[in-house]
Amino acid sequence: MPPLKLAAWTAVAAMGAGRDALRAALRERRTGLAPCELPRMPAGIWVGRVAGLEQVALPPALEAFACRNNRLAELALGTDGFAGRVRAAAERLGPARIAVVLGSSTAGIEETEQAYARRGADGALPAAYRYETTHDLHALPRYVRARLGLRGPAVSVSTACTSGARSVLEAAALIAAGLADAAVVGGVDTLCRLTLHGFNALELLSPGPCRPCAADRDGICIGEAAGLMLVEPAGPRDDGAIGVLGMGASSDGHHMSSPHPEGLGAVAAMQAALDSAGLAADAIDYVNLHGTGTRANDAMEDRAVARVFGSAVPCSSTKGWSGHALGAAGALEAVISAIAVEDGFIPGCLGVREADPGFASAVAVENRTAKLRRVLSNSFGFGGNNFALVIGRLGA
Amino acid sequence: MRVWIRAAAVLGPGLPGWAASRPVLRGEAPWQEAAVALPPPPGLPATERRRTGAVVRLALAAAAEALAESGFAASALDSVFASSNGDGAVVGAILAALEEAEVAISPTQFHNSVHNAAVGYWGIAIGSTRPSVALGGFDAAFATGLMQAAAGVATSGRAALFCAYDAPMPVPLAAVRPTAFPFAAALVLVPEPAGAQAALSLGYVAEPAAEPALDGPLGALIASNPAARALPLLAALARGEAATLAFPLLEDAHLAVSVAPC
Repeated sequence: MPPLKLAAWTAVAAMGAGRDALRAALRERRTGLAPCELPRMPAGIWVGRVAGLEQVALPPALEAFACRNNRLAELALGTDGFAGRVRAAAERLGPARIAVVLGSSTAGIEETEQAYARRGADGALPAAYRYETTHDLHALPRYVRARLGLRGPAVSVSTACTSGARSVLEAAALIAAGLADAAVVGGVDTLCRLTLHGFNALELLSPGPCRPCAADRDGICIGEAAGLMLVEPAGPRDDGAIGVLGMGASSDGHHMSSPHPEGLGAVAAMQAALDSAGLAADAIDYVNLHGTGTRANDAMEDRAVARVFGSAVPCSSTKGWSGHALGAAGALEAVISAIAVEDGFIPGCLGVREADPGFASAVAVENRTAKLRRVLSNSFGFGGNNFALVIGRLGA
Repeated sequence: MRVWIRAAAVLGPGLPGWAASRPVLRGEAPWQEAAVALPPPPGLPATERRRTGAVVRLALAAAAEALAESGFAASALDSVFASSNGDGAVVGAILAALEEAEVAISPTQFHNSVHNAAVGYWGIAIGSTRPSVALGGFDAAFATGLMQAAAGVATSGRAALFCAYDAPMPVPLAAVRPTAFPFAAALVLVPEPAGAQAALSLGYVAEPAAEPALDGPLGALIASNPAARALPLLAALARGEAATLAFPLLEDAHLAVSVAPC
């Protein structure tokens, strides 16, 4: 695939809002995870909650879109000057030439949960409840498109925990097909009871801060996050800037919620990403793992990473800082990968004294500096959906 | 953007599959209202089959018909599934369960609630490791999915199965998102004209458009299910006629589609 330049990028997660806050939290090894204080959630769990989200206001003209998910989108649009950069691109390219392609697993379903709690005696949802602009998956790209004054295609991607990363491929296809010149991509997902109680039913929630890749890892912490990127085709003058160099998708075709034990789908996605970038495995300097902290995912991913990269390429999961942000995880981790390349910095798994001794891959458990030309970031989801992104210096 | 249609499938009220529906779509036989039969999906192991509900069965029936019509091996196709409502029955049941004093959600119910459940089961049913994606799109889920499927085929050079499906929501969501009946449409899109029935040109236009109309009782189905927005394109394909269609994508944009028989 032709590489894409990251013309703007930002993220908001439990450990911080914006690139400087994220990089400070990563360097100082400060987690954003805390005991869950949201009402009516499973007992005794930790989550990655974004501070101040409830106070974020949407512009009055777009008030119909008000829900936790769009509040987080609004917060991210105002971070790192993201909205301003997109508006400048719209002036240059025309608002109809910029697509909005965003992923989410549950969009604004938290709004519907609240509406269910306020049902009338006849069981009907309250009159003030708005399905189309909150619960519906398309509400997220529609809100962002309207907020930025864009007129290009709007696409909502929902492939569970690969959604945010997968959005980049859908946007790249629109750009390559000539339907857009640039795209706002990424994902936004927020804490809701459906997800927390669902993972609780699967007995996958950790009773404390999650510890991906630890021998005694005991499950996931769910987090909320937004990761947004403005992508444009890279030209020769962009050499040295940070971009998306390759992408690969695959399916397990194996089981709805358990990964293929040997990680065949994960291997296929990573290999496809390398192929699309025209790179050999040794061109990757760091792998940002999906690394949820469950026994099955991390063991599968270790086998898959070791098969593609051997035991020399350092890898780690950053979910010890953010929790698992589900449909936003791949977008958040693309931004973290971009920060890692920018800073030449590998964030070792947080809260892990030593990696699972049974693992074959080179898991980093402490921060270190390293020259990073390229990072591969993994995302895997229910339905056996796999995706890998290669983020790095263009033309390097 | 140019791609070709190799095969088509449909499943909706009075439209029980492509071959059986062609005379109706061509206007040669009357449309007769009939409930949509949803067969258990072939190919899935029994344990997985038992876990599938009506929405997954709807999508997989149309996908399987298009695949069979195409003559391709299952492993030859990427998959693009699009749906506005996803599995409303599953999501609605979980939302109701969250209001019980003792919250009890089953693991199966939870993993079936993801928007990519249908395309996930499809991958299991056909044993495919090819890329797959699930898209939303509200009333424009069909047009948005068609745009993405075509863009993927045109730029990757790989054939894809595109399936749009939607089914009625349960109470009380049905009142805020009315959907009258289950409907699914599927197309196998290819990057070259060889073996195709029709050529498809698609463009994004940042101007509003009205939903394309269709005469007779089939036309009345269009507004009642997002996937039934496919009907004007399906009718043109069945008739082997050229047509120019404008499918609304958003209030201020549409997908301009030209279809011409090969």
